Amino acid sequence: MDYNFHWRPVLRKIPELLEAGLLTLEVAVLSMLLGIAIGLGLALLRMKGPTPLRQIATTWVEIARNTPALFQLFFFGFGLGAFGLHLSPYLIVLAGLTFNNAGYLAENFRGGFLAVPETQVRAARSLGMTAIQTYVRIIIPQVLKIVYHPMTNQMVWAVLMSSLGMLVGFRELSGETQFFASKTYRIFEYFAVTAVIYYIIVKIILLASNLVARRLFRY
Amino acid sequence: MIEIKQLHKYFGALHVLQGIDLNVSKGEVLSIIGSSGSGKSTLLYCINGLEEIQQGQVVVDGTPVHDRKTDINKLRQRLGMVFQQWNSFPHLTALENVALAPKIVKKVSRDQAKSIAEKQLKHVGLGDKLDVYPSALSGGQQQRLAIARALAMEPEYMLFDEATSALDPELVGEVLDTMRLLAEEGMTMICVTHEMGFARDVSDRVAYFHQGVMEEVGPPEQIFGAPQSVHTQKFLANVR
Repeated sequence: MDYNFHWRPVLRKIPELLEAGLLTLEVAVLSMLLGIAIGLGLALLRMKGPTPLRQIATTWVEIARNTPALFQLFFFGFGLGAFGLHLSPYLIVLAGLTFNNAGYLAENFRGGFLAVPETQVRAARSLGMTAIQTYVRIIIPQVLKIVYHPMTNQMVWAVLMSSLGMLVGFRELSGETQFFASKTYRIFEYFAVTAVIYYIIVKIILLASNLVARRLFRY
Repeated sequence: MIEIKQLHKYFGALHVLQGIDLNVSKGEVLSIIGSSGSGKSTLLYCINGLEEIQQGQVVVDGTPVHDRKTDINKLRQRLGMVFQQWNSFPHLTALENVALAPKIVKKVSRDQAKSIAEKQLKHVGLGDKLDVYPSALSGGQQQRLAIARALAMEPEYMLFDEATSALDPELVGEVLDTMRLLAEEGMTMICVTHEMGFARDVSDRVAYFHQGVMEEVGPPEQIFGAPQSVHTQKFLANVR
C-alpha cells in the first residue's frame, strides 16, 4: 500500500465542517417537525378521513415508503425544475425529507392510534369530555409514548438521509465534505472525519432523546 | 329520574333492545341481570348517549338524551359510568386521573380539582395512592380509581357495567364494598352485574333481561324468591 494519509488539511477545515453539521441538524430537525405535523394529519385521514382524502393520504404514504428517498429528493429538484419551479438546494432537501418523514411517521402514528384501546375514548367521553379534549388529553399522550422510539429512529434517519443533499448541490455536512475533498484529493480523510461527526451528532440525538423520554414517560 | 320509553336499539340487523320501558327514580338502586348478549350493557350505553338509539326515548331529569339539541357532554356530567375494563388513563397518576375531568370539563380551579380528587380517592380507600400510576395498582384498585374518577364529577346517577367481571376473584369484594358504600350513601345506581349476592342484598329492584327484552322487574325477594318468567327461573337455576 503506497497511500500516504494527510490529515492536516482536513483538521484545518473542521470548523467549516462543524458549521455544515449544524446545517444538517437544522434541516433534519425542521423536516422532522413538519413531518410529525403532516404525518399526524395523514394518519388521521387514513383512519377517519372521507374517501378521496384517505386515498390521497394512502398514496403519499406508499410513495414515501416504496421508492428510494433519493428519487423523492430528485422529484423536488429536477422533477419540479422540469415544470419551471426551481427550488433552492435547501428547500429541495427540506421538502424531500419532509415528504419521506411524513410518510413513515404516518404509519407509526397509525399503529400508535390503533394500539390505544377504543374503551379509553368511551371512558373519557363518559366523563363529559369533548371529542377534542379526549384526543388531546387522553389519546395523543398515549400515542406519543408508543411512537416515541420509532420517532427517534426517524430523526436519526433524517440526519443520515440529509447527506443525499450533496447530490442536489446542498452544502450540508456531506456536500461540504465533498467540496473540500475534491479540492484537495484527500477524499478518504475527509469522509472519515465526516463520518465521525455524523456519529457524534447521532449519539447526541440518542442521548437527548433518552433523557427526554425519561422525563416524559414516568409510567 | 331516568325514564326509558319504548327503547329499540339495533346493531345492523340485530335487534338488541326490543322496546324497553323502565323508570329509575332518585335514590334507587337497580340491578340488571341476565346472560351475555341480552342487551344489559347496551342499555347503559344508551342511557348516557354512548350508543345511538333507533326508536323510543331516554330522558334524564327531563332532558332527552338523544335529542340533537341536547348538550350531551353537559348531560354526561350527571351520569357517572364505570366500565368492565376499568379504563384508567395510564399516563396519569391516580390523582390526575380523578382531577382531570373536573378541571377541563367543569372548569374548576387546579387546587379545587386536586382537593376533589383527594377527597374521592380517600372515599374509595385509595388515599395513600395519590401519586401512583395505574400500572402499579391492582385491578381492584384500578376499578376503585375509576369509581372515584366518576364520582369526582358529582354525578346524580352512577352506571356500573359489570364492574367486577374482569377482576380476579379475590379482588371482587373490595369493589363490591365500595359500591355498597355508595348505595348506603343514597346514590342512584344502575348496576349491570353477574354478582347475584350483590343484586339481592343491595338493590331496591332487580331487572332480568333476556334476548333484548326486559322479562321481569321487581324487588329482589320477588325475582330471586318467586320468579314469574320461565327464562328467569332457568337463568337463576343455572347461576346458583
